[in-house]
Amino acid sequence: MAQGIPFAREYGGTLANRSFGGAQVSRTFYARGQTGQQLLLGAYSAMMRQVASGKVTIYSRREMMDLVIVDGRARGIICRNLITGKLERYSAHAVVLATGGYGNVFYLSTNAMASNVTAAWRACKHGAGFANPCFVQIHPTCIPVHGDYQSKLTLMSESLRNDGRVWVPKKKHDTRPPTEIPEDERDYYLEQKYPSFGNLVPRDVASRNAKEVCDQGQGVGETGLAVYLDLQEAIKRDGLEVILKKYGNLFQMYEKITGSDPSREPMKIFPAVHYTMGGLWVDYNLMSTIDGLFVVGEANFSDHGANRLGASALMQGLADGYFVLPYSMGNYLARAGACDLSTGHKPYDKAEKAVQAATEDLLKNTRSGKKGLQTVDHYHRQLGSLLWDHCGMARNKKGLEYALNKIPEIRDDFKNNVLVPGTGQQLNQSLERAGRVSDFLEFADVMVRDALAREESCGCHLREESQTEEHEAKRDDAHYTHVAVWEYKGEGTEPALHKEQLSFENVTPSQRSYK
Amino acid sequence: MAKTITITIKIWRQSGADFQGSFEKHVLESVDTDMSFLEMLDVLNEQLTLSGREPVAFDHDCREGICGMCGAVVNGTAHGPERETTLCQLHMRHFRDGQTITIEPFRAKGFPLIKDLIIDRSAFDQVIIAGGYVSVNAGSAQDGNSIPVAQANAEQAMDAAACIGCGACVAACPNAAAMLFVGAKVSQLALLPQGSPERKRRALSMVTAMDKAGFGNCSNERECENVCPKSISIRNIARLNREYLRAAFTAD
Ligand SMILES: Cc1cc2nc3c(=O)[nH]c(=O)nc-3n(C[C@H](O)[C@H](O)[C@H](O)COP(=O)(O)OP(=O)(O)OC[C@H]3O[C@@H](n4cnc5c(N)ncnc54)[C@H](O)[C@@H]3O)c2cc1C
Ligand code: FES
Repeated sequence: MAQGIPFAREYGGTLANRSFGGAQVSRTFYARGQTGQQLLLGAYSAMMRQVASGKVTIYSRREMMDLVIVDGRARGIICRNLITGKLERYSAHAVVLATGGYGNVFYLSTNAMASNVTAAWRACKHGAGFANPCFVQIHPTCIPVHGDYQSKLTLMSESLRNDGRVWVPKKKHDTRPPTEIPEDERDYYLEQKYPSFGNLVPRDVASRNAKEVCDQGQGVGETGLAVYLDLQEAIKRDGLEVILKKYGNLFQMYEKITGSDPSREPMKIFPAVHYTMGGLWVDYNLMSTIDGLFVVGEANFSDHGANRLGASALMQGLADGYFVLPYSMGNYLARAGACDLSTGHKPYDKAEKAVQAATEDLLKNTRSGKKGLQTVDHYHRQLGSLLWDHCGMARNKKGLEYALNKIPEIRDDFKNNVLVPGTGQQLNQSLERAGRVSDFLEFADVMVRDALAREESCGCHLREESQTEEHEAKRDDAHYTHVAVWEYKGEGTEPALHKEQLSFENVTPSQRSYK
Repeated sequence: MAKTITITIKIWRQSGADFQGSFEKHVLESVDTDMSFLEMLDVLNEQLTLSGREPVAFDHDCREGICGMCGAVVNGTAHGPERETTLCQLHMRHFRDGQTITIEPFRAKGFPLIKDLIIDRSAFDQVIIAGGYVSVNAGSAQDGNSIPVAQANAEQAMDAAACIGCGACVAACPNAAAMLFVGAKVSQLALLPQGSPERKRRALSMVTAMDKAGFGNCSNERECENVCPKSISIRNIARLNREYLRAAFTAD
């Protein structure tokens, strides 16, 4: 607020509120439909103030390729200069990763194209524990997939669920346009099943129910993988003008992508990978299991448990960066004392050589004339659909074991047959993607293992074997009240599982009910 | 219903700022009209890669019109023919079967070319560094409700804050001016009480930084407003001029 972010206001000048998924009260401040973007711009401008005062230096268009550990402490990083391709060494008293979530392991997600797991995964390979990697949030209100050229999925803000009603035709494989389906032939399945929360049930419940009705053949659209989100009733009640004021930009975005106008026809939506609750394990001070390596924001595992409620990712990011790290970092630096910051140490040589070798390996097929080579995206898509099918909205033992066997196959094929054009000494976006996909292929293994080991349903993670009689997620607190932290044990060796027991003092975990 | 078209692409290729660039021609068949423009470029790049050539470099990240990374001049218009649309939100249904599509980078003195369609927009960072912020430290601010803001002001500030810094306004301007960008940033903060105490200094130093970065002057061509994907109004330029004059004439 103080940074000049234009939060919405009431006529009296106080902050306006609205409700979000999983909450029955209006308690979320917002800036039109773009709160996250505005908070980011606010943080950016505050950072530029520090750049102006000489306290912060920005190195843009660099990608962290590896972490450097000297005498057991995180002391620096190796970066690739994305314009020249040169590897650069940076040293410091501590390292902070703020490198975001790994949702793009699924290829299609709502995340930005450059989001990846590289920094976190490289840190994991140096000994940082990776916590709850299977906890992935699948967002219920995204624009459905329409072709195999599709590069990403677009989220329709969940705020639409405040005024929109979700439905599918009662009849299976009904191909009538939605406007021709009479009221009594519509299945408002969320309102039916969850009378008190209705269309505002948490994301995982909304997503899973959409999958369920589509699996039953009630899905709509060309692929049958979509449900309707209908604002007609709200438009009739409040008038189009009021609805457009709230959601105008979302309507516009939807129309741009699909060519259909939501004020005339219900939107089609389907769940998509959106947020990763799992991440590097951190302690109360946001430090990982590597001394001096701090992890903030979506990259760490903290705060959200097995599920995240709407609007709380931004809050976590801001709390980590503005209110926790400034204090815990000061404390660490005081305790750790001075150290030699030259980048000539052996670990730097070693890390740089390893990055160099990995880069050359990715480029080995270029101009080789070898037949049957495939592009980076080809492998990324393969991995993505494998995970979506077997480690997505609902998981079972058989599917997870299948995925676990399949991942090394894709990984080997990728290693031998990926075609990355160009060289390592230039701006090379294919090479950037290849490095990220290579890490996704390694990381996917631990993610699936985690899902396999958790034989209960928990938050976003639905194990099909663990359901109530009404097909709701069934928890097993006697056996799984823990954070699963995975320790990398080297290539070809199974990672080790450590359990951090959770103790609850003020609340008791219990079976959720949104009825 | 999905439909496919065949198109001819004339696309700018340039290895770097110190190299000569030129147009390269490609024919793309069976382009699904539900595809986005960048997905069409992905398809082109997959074809180039598999045929042993280098793909076209272009910037992008969010692919939903909010990050400001993408941008190119398509058939003479920054971000292409659709109004209020970033390049990543443009879809192939707006092109005809058999059409030739010319694609070039944003060209401006303030935005040196890096490769193919990628340009360096860090000049915008320099303008923000000059004062595009409120000088307040996180953690010490008062409760948000203790500074009431009139709803109309908050809305106007939000209109200006919608700027994503893509640089289309500069690319479209015959003078390569950055007035719409700077106008939006200055307006957002000038309209809010939080930004008021520094408004004079901010207007003066951001305009100075803008001139220094090599951006031209505004001569009221209004091209910037036409291509802006976020409909930033040129009223923000008028407000910038007012802020600047007010600051220049009443400097303390
Ligand atoms: C479409 C969408 C809408 C959302 N809406 C909301 C909302 O309304 N409310 C809410 O609370 N949350 C929302 N979220 C979630 C929230 O935005 C994210 O969790 C949050 O932005 C994460 O912030 P972060 O800084 O941790 O990571 P990010 O914002 O992902 O930033 C990570 C940065 O690190 C860079 N990076 C990654 N790897 C490397 C590397 N190796 N080297 C160098 N740089 C690297 C990335 O390019 C990126 O710039 C939304 C997310 C999406 C995708
Ligand atoms: S890629 Fe983000 S605005 Fe186009």
